[in-house]
This record gives sequence, structure tokens and C-alpha cells, in this order.
Amino acid sequence: MPGEVMLGREQERTASEAVVPPVRRRRALTPYLLLAPSVIFMAVLFAWPMLQALVLAVQDVDGSMSLDPLARMASDVQFGESIKNTLLLTAVVVPAQVILALVMSLLLMTGLRGGGLFLYAWSIPLGISDLAAGVVWLSIFTDRGYLNSLLVSLGLSETGFAFLSYEHPLSLFLAVAVAETWRATALVMVILIAGLQVIPKDYGEAAEVFGATFWQRLRYVTLPLLRPSIQVALIIRTILAFQVFAVVVALAGRSLPVLAGEAYNWYGSYRNPNVAAAYALLIMLFSLANTGIYLRALRVRDEQLG
Amino acid sequence: VKRLVGHLFGMASLVLTACVPSAPCAPAPTACTSSAPCAPASTSPTPSSTTIRDEQLIFLSTQFTPPREIDPFRRILRSAPVEVNFSSLDTEAFSNRVDALQHAGKVRISLVGGPHADLAPFQRTGYLEELTALMSSLSNREFPEPYRELSRLDTDQYYYVPWTRATYVLVVNKKAMPYLPAGASLDALTYDQLREWGERILRETGQRKLGFPAGERGLLYRFFQGYLYPSFTGSSVVEFRSAAAELMWREFGEVWKVTNPASTTYDWMQEPLENDEVWIAWDHTARLITVLKQRSDDFLVVPAPVGPKGRGYMVVPSGLGIPKQAPNRQGAERLIAYLTEPEQQLATLCELGFFPASGATRPEKLPPGLQRLVKAVAEQEATSDGVLVLPLIGLGARGSELNKVYLDTFSRIALRQEPIPPVLAEQGKLLQDLLNATGAGCWPPDSRSDGPCLVK
Repeated sequence: MPGEVMLGREQERTASEAVVPPVRRRRALTPYLLLAPSVIFMAVLFAWPMLQALVLAVQDVDGSMSLDPLARMASDVQFGESIKNTLLLTAVVVPAQVILALVMSLLLMTGLRGGGLFLYAWSIPLGISDLAAGVVWLSIFTDRGYLNSLLVSLGLSETGFAFLSYEHPLSLFLAVAVAETWRATALVMVILIAGLQVIPKDYGEAAEVFGATFWQRLRYVTLPLLRPSIQVALIIRTILAFQVFAVVVALAGRSLPVLAGEAYNWYGSYRNPNVAAAYALLIMLFSLANTGIYLRALRVRDEQLG
Repeated sequence: VKRLVGHLFGMASLVLTACVPSAPCAPAPTACTSSAPCAPASTSPTPSSTTIRDEQLIFLSTQFTPPREIDPFRRILRSAPVEVNFSSLDTEAFSNRVDALQHAGKVRISLVGGPHADLAPFQRTGYLEELTALMSSLSNREFPEPYRELSRLDTDQYYYVPWTRATYVLVVNKKAMPYLPAGASLDALTYDQLREWGERILRETGQRKLGFPAGERGLLYRFFQGYLYPSFTGSSVVEFRSAAAELMWREFGEVWKVTNPASTTYDWMQEPLENDEVWIAWDHTARLITVLKQRSDDFLVVPAPVGPKGRGYMVVPSGLGIPKQAPNRQGAERLIAYLTEPEQQLATLCELGFFPASGATRPEKLPPGLQRLVKAVAEQEATSDGVLVLPLIGLGARGSELNKVYLDTFSRIALRQEPIPPVLAEQGKLLQDLLNATGAGCWPPDSRSDGPCLVK
């Protein structure tokens, strides 16, 4: 990642300048001063609301401490469904995105002609809000959408297929998974490209000299060196996958409940911020647990940090 | 390429921060486009500045909150005798705001508007000015007695002036008429006949053409609270898990089998009606008027169907009140007089689909599609076996959770096909918990209760 590379150089520079003691004290304060605005920003706009949400999740509507919101959440008809759907979507979408993004970024790194154009085209979804992406895919999958028009005009179907109907849970799920994959693969790709760019070419060339095939180079050279980037991409994407919302709302409405959607419904439609906070708490726990697992499973040794 | 990646990375982080969940967008509103003089002539367009100036009258409402309703209503306000700053909030934010201002003793709002259920709590807390003198000066508005009674809020003085009323009807595409079951008449359609109608369409065309607003922002719960339950059980709450209710859900399950399954994505029924996805649809009048105005030749309006206990229907009356210590009471009274003028009441119907509270309006001026709507609503309200349902009062912010009880019952029975009795028992318990927690008494058609309303 570019950010990590810059941080490394920064450290080198401060280390070399550290020999001058008077400057050192002033210098020692500077990073903290520079960090202060973002720390204050995070504390006021992130940590504080998060604490408030935590408290809300264990409060009754009248403000007294109570486990009612958690109990109400756990006993709700949509609770089990929303956990199941969120986990399934994550399990399908995240691996698909990483594999696709890996293929895309390896292709771009071969330096093929017009690669820049592809990079731009593949990055387009990054610039689109997730709700807009949901609406775009809605126009494709809806009963009279582009896909059904195509099927009918090719004579493959008489009236089209109701992809987004609650009666066809599989096609509904796949439609959401495809839209979600399309929407966020670019993010993974950008992270992986950045990671691929800092891998020195010499390693691959050395392996080639010893007769390693493409697959061997990928397996034993590229992927291990790419591990920090893959880790970052996986953590970011999985956390975001737990929060999946707008694409699901646009394509499936109530038919495919997910955790973030339920939090939104409890806050907006059923006006119970306590139960909404309970859902938010659950999403946070999932994200924390998952980040912990990734950090352990994909532990990166220092020499791999580049 | 490296610089490019840097840019993309920056872009990605921007996108990430920008992707907060937001509600599905609503299409742009359609103006009342017809030869009939619908919209009031806006003679002097006011400058569209959003800053609040001293002379502006602040009008806060829980009515007209969807984006596509705000603009048409602001158009109506443009030719008002006072300069108005209109904003709309949901019920909870609205009552919090008014409460806070009253407590602080710094009331900046001169006029509040909203459904009866939103205004009634303010009278109990003593926040509303008494408007009996204003009501007698508006006697030529001919407000029907039921609405006048409501606006007295159980006292003998008036606390708000009736403003609009909203209700729900069926709209039918004329293409469905050849399939109408033998012996059925549109004015007295039963739920059985509605089901047969849908079944016949399915048999002969292979398509399910009934439609309900079961989407994320649809008003399907009103169908259960105000139409299905009262028609089958004569009640909206008390008989929630009765034997009659079990029968009702079984029948509705059959109706649902001939309903377009895409209904779970419909919020406003005028859209699927317009593009032929459904032929017969139930919805709020405000969510049907576009199709009635633009393609009035293709659609009929039908009163709500009749069940074993009569024709259940819901009316949501709204009113305009003046908060105590209002900074501009005179202006507020002039604005109330203006908004209840027959022309403005018709404009509100024409632009927004909310019906006049005033009996002095002359609907002959309306476009033909809307005249049909007015006729159907009048028929619905005039039936001898009508079961009128008023929206609940007393659940406060938790009224929305009550709606969830009905919607969850629907998804479990109709969508997931769970056995009816246990679902009703479980959801009935949630309903009772809510009523107990808020202490809300029964409301019509259920007879008044002393304590919290009890589900049998």
C-alpha cells in the first residue's frame, strides 16, 4: 500500500534526524499535534456516538437499564433470517470479490495495451453510491428489466422470470450477490494493485530463471508477498459486507432481511432506537470477531511488510 | 499508473465515507396536469430563500413529509395571504420539537398541522390555543359533524380546525373488467369476489394481477388495521387472534396466492398500475392520483371490499392548530382560513390526493379521474354497513411498532406460510405488550376501554 510505504520513509527520516537532541523534543510533539485533529474528530463523531449506541442497546424505551432491546431483537421474526442472509452474503461475495480482483489486477499488471482504460472502466463502481448501484441492478433484474427483455427477445422465456420475487429465494439471493460483487470488487482491486506494485520484479524474474511456471510464481512468490494487501482488503470488505444495506434494500426490499437493514428499519420505520442499537452492537461484534480471525489467520511477518 | 492508483484510492475512501444508508429515492412529483383549473394561480411567487425571516410564519406539519408531497404543497402555500415557512417532520420529531419549544417558553411555530392522532396529545398537555371563535367564523366551510366532534378533543371547545382527510380505495384497470366474477358489482364487491376475480384473471391470462403496497415504504399495515380486520372481525385490535381472525388470514392467504408476488417491492401502487404490472390495487388515495389524472380513461375507482362484518374502511382526518404563545396568531388564523377555502381544499386533493375536510367543495371542477375517486370515497363512507376505523391514539412513538406487528403477521402467514394459530398467538402477545407498555386504550371500532386495550 502507498500509505505504508510513505510511513516507512517517514520513520527512516525521523530516525536519521533523531541525533539532534533540541530539535527532537519539538519534533516529538509535532506528530501528536498533527494527529490531534483526526483524533478529536474520531472521538467526537465516532467513539462518542458508538458509546451512546452501546448504552442505548441496553436501555429500555424509558431510559432505565434493561436487556429488553436485546431480547426483543433476538425474539424478532426477522432476526434469524437477517443473520443467516448477512453471513451467507458475506461468505459468497467476499471470496468472489477477492478472486475476481486478483485476476483483474494481475491482468492489469501484465502491462497489456489499453490497461489504463480497463483500470478506469473497472473502477467505475467505486464512484457510484451503493444505492445507485442497487437501482442500476434493479433495472436489470426487475420483472420488466433488461435481463428479462433479453430473455424474451431471444425466445428463451415467454414472459420473463421474476428474479427478485420472494418466491424465488435463490435467484433473489444471487441477484443481490452479483450486484454487491460488481459494486465493491473495484475496491479490492485497487488495494491489490497497490500491493502488487510494491513487489519487486526481481523475485518473479529470479523464479522464472529457475524455471518456475506462472502458477508456481503466483503460488510461491506473488501471493505470499501480497499477503498484507490481501489482509487489508479482506478486513475492509468483510466489515463492509456485514453492513450491506442499500443494494439489498433496492433489490429485495423486505424479502431478504439483513442485519444493517433491520437496524435501519427498527430506527426509521418502527421508531425504536434501542433495538436498532442492539442490531448495531451485533454488527460490531461480528466485525470485531472477524477482524481478529483475519489478523491471526493471515499474520504478516515483518519482513513481508516491504 | 501509480499516481492513478493513488487517485483511485482517495476516491475509494471518499466513496466509503459517502455511502451512508439512505432511503430509496422517490420519483419527481407530477403536477396536476389537466384542463381543469386545479392549481391555484400563483400570482406573486415568493423568493425561494430558505432562511427564516422574522415576518415568515413558521408552519410545522407531520402531513406531507415525503419529498414528492412537499413541493406541491409549497406551491399551494405560495399564494397564501401570509409568507409561510413550511417544514414537515415525522410524528416523534414533531412532538419532541413542540414539547421542547413549549418547555423553553420560546415558541417560534405559529401553526401546527397533522393527523388527529398527532394533535390530540397536545390538548392534554395544554399546548393548543382554543379556536372556537375561529371555527364559528369558518361556518361556511361546512365541516361535517364527525370531524367537528373530533376537533373538540372530548371537550366542548374546538382545539383545531379540520384540514384534510385521507382514505384508501381500490383502483381497477378496465382490462380487468371482462374477468369480473358473475354477480359481482363494483360498488359492493366482497373479499370473496375479489379473490375469485384474481383467480379468474390468473386462470385465463396466466398472470397474477392483484396488487398491494407491501414494499418497504408501502402502507400495507393500514390494509390490515383499517380494512381486512374490521371487515372480518368488526374490530381492529381486540379480535386480533380470534377465530374470525384465523378465518380472515386463511382467506387472505388465498387472495395473496393470486396477488402479483412483486407486491413485496411496491411502495406506491400508481407505478405498477401505470406500467400494467397489476390491474387491481389497493392503496392510499395520495398514492393513486397520478395514474387517475394522467390515464383517467383506463382506470376505475372502487370502494373497499365488504367482508362478513361489513365494509371496514379507515379515515385519517387531519387538522390545523395554533400552539400557545404562537408568535403570529393572526397570521396563523388567516392561513387556516386560506387552507380551508374550497379552492385550496380542492387544490390539495388535486395536487396531493388528500381529501377536503370542508363540505363546501365542488368536485365538478376536478379532472374526470379524480371525480371518480371522489365518488368512490363518498360511496365507501356512505354504506350502511360501514365499519369506520380511526388511526390509533396513545401509542406515541411506539405506534410504528404496532404496524410492525401487523406486517410481521402478514409475512409469517402469507409469505412464509407458517400455521396461523401460533403466529396469531405470538404476535397477539407482542401487540398486548405494546398496549400495556404505553397504556393505550382501545380506539374505534373497538369500544373504549378504561385501562390499556385488551386483546382477547
